[in-house]
Amino acid sequence: MVEISDETVRGLEETARLLRRHILKMTHQVQSGHPGGSMSACDVVTALYFHVLRVDPENPTWEDRDRFVLSKGHACPVLYAALAERGFFPVPELMTFRRLNSRLQGHPEMGTTPGVENAAGAEGQGLSFSVGLALAARLDRKAWRTYCLMGDGEQDVGQTWEAALAAAKYHLDSLCAIIDRNGIQQEGRTEEILPIEPLADKWKAFGWNVLTINGHDMRQVLHALDEAHAHKGQPTVIIAKTTKGRGVSFMENVVRYHGAATSDEDLKRALAELGEVMP
Amino acid sequence: MESQRTYFADALVHLGERDPNVVVVGADTTESIKTIAFGKKFPDRMFNVGISEQNMVSVAAGLAAAGKVAFASTYAVFGAAHTYNVIRQSIAYTKLNVKLFCSHAGLTTGMDGATHQMNEDIGLMRGLPNMAVLVPADGPQTGKATIAAAERPGPVYCRFSRADFPTVTNAEDPFEIGPAYGMRDGSDVTLVGCGIMVSRCLEAAEALAAERVSARVMNLPTIKPLDLKALAKAARDTGGIVTAEEHTVVNGMGAAVASAVAQEHPVPVEMVGVQDVFGESGDGFQLLEKYGLTAAKVAEAAKRVVKRRGA
Repeated sequence: MVEISDETVRGLEETARLLRRHILKMTHQVQSGHPGGSMSACDVVTALYFHVLRVDPENPTWEDRDRFVLSKGHACPVLYAALAERGFFPVPELMTFRRLNSRLQGHPEMGTTPGVENAAGAEGQGLSFSVGLALAARLDRKAWRTYCLMGDGEQDVGQTWEAALAAAKYHLDSLCAIIDRNGIQQEGRTEEILPIEPLADKWKAFGWNVLTINGHDMRQVLHALDEAHAHKGQPTVIIAKTTKGRGVSFMENVVRYHGAATSDEDLKRALAELGEVMP
Repeated sequence: MESQRTYFADALVHLGERDPNVVVVGADTTESIKTIAFGKKFPDRMFNVGISEQNMVSVAAGLAAAGKVAFASTYAVFGAAHTYNVIRQSIAYTKLNVKLFCSHAGLTTGMDGATHQMNEDIGLMRGLPNMAVLVPADGPQTGKATIAAAERPGPVYCRFSRADFPTVTNAEDPFEIGPAYGMRDGSDVTLVGCGIMVSRCLEAAEALAAERVSARVMNLPTIKPLDLKALAKAARDTGGIVTAEEHTVVNGMGAAVASAVAQEHPVPVEMVGVQDVFGESGDGFQLLEKYGLTAAKVAEAAKRVVKRRGA
């Protein structure tokens, strides 16, 4: 396992704070979108786009790139923020999110936004799509890897488990799924809406290599992604325990912020908490 | 009488030999639908994902996103209906190169009964932006549709039957996605058929000729994109149209044709098809009789059209 320097970790944490600020501004400017689940997934997405994924912003469709599939499509603000900061399109374009004629659709649209690999919005399709990608990489004897970020609400969806069976059947070790286990879906706590625990045991039983981590501990995230890469013969799922709305005290664990933007006043407070330097 | 599935399977193997990027995803019906022939020849490029049709469609989408020409294939009721929103999001919205080829469409699925007789798939698929919709008339045309679908970028839906159909086209006949094909010329009325109903339209035209009604017959294997020019011409030339399909009349080929004719050149239209009901168990061809999908019904509809149109 490659050692990760404190400096790298600090840099990624700073990037994650920047992406969180983007998420809040993007959803605030249009008073629409899903900040909560974007912020819970932010550290994982940061680790992927700023440390792990081999992608080329100059050539978004580079054949040998790693693929990142956002299955929980409503969390696209975090993806758009990462893509913009990574150089796939200009950062100011983030403020067109969800507006008419924007390339940044309310849920990801493939082919429109540079760097977006799939269409998502209807939950539970991303893992199957990722299985197809990983099968293609194997057929072509390519080394690129596929990462699929799912929500814990997507564990309700039957198709997720169909995909889990298929990935295990084909021993897709180039596939790494990550579950953003923030414990909240649209209408409440996952364990109240439709209990999914013991989640790790379920994935183990489905034939996957299962890693459970604190999804906000950058070092744990990086180590898990590294471990997934090294694991052979099985796909890996990382259950990233996270907090919905992570990073802003009054948004954390609040069901409402699944699909509600902040007010003007709250945006100021939130940005201050995330270290925004006010002009 | 020939099997559409056999032509489909042979065409797939041909495509597999020609292009290493052609892959097939199946859902525990590979033997019945005959995609297993491709799997035997190219085991690395065949993926049987079991009874998980939604997964089948998205896996095919993922394969296509990475540059493959992905055929996904099972029975129409599972492949087109159980999977609808997955098709919508994973392949229609994305315009990915997935070819959804579904057998066991229509009443001729037979003994398995209403749960398996998919009479609504044309309507479902033609409602999706970016989706091409094919209904080949017989075995040879099914083979050609398979090749044409592989050569067309983007999503294609093709439906065919479990039953053997009368062969109405020749090996040499051209086939492209888009055009309607003239099968017989006539001046009093045009009979537009797809699938097995093409053969029944030809029979009806023969019977009508004996009654001095000159019927043009058109084979319409592409329901979308629709050949508006040919339909407008048929409406202008013959002044009336009968559509015939092994599908509900609510939103199938007939509805598409009627809508086009209404906009291009309004003339009387009559539709032969399943009248907004579910089927039942029975021999496939007896079901066609019981539900009125016969040459006699097409001929009756033609005479009504001629009467409505006036002299």
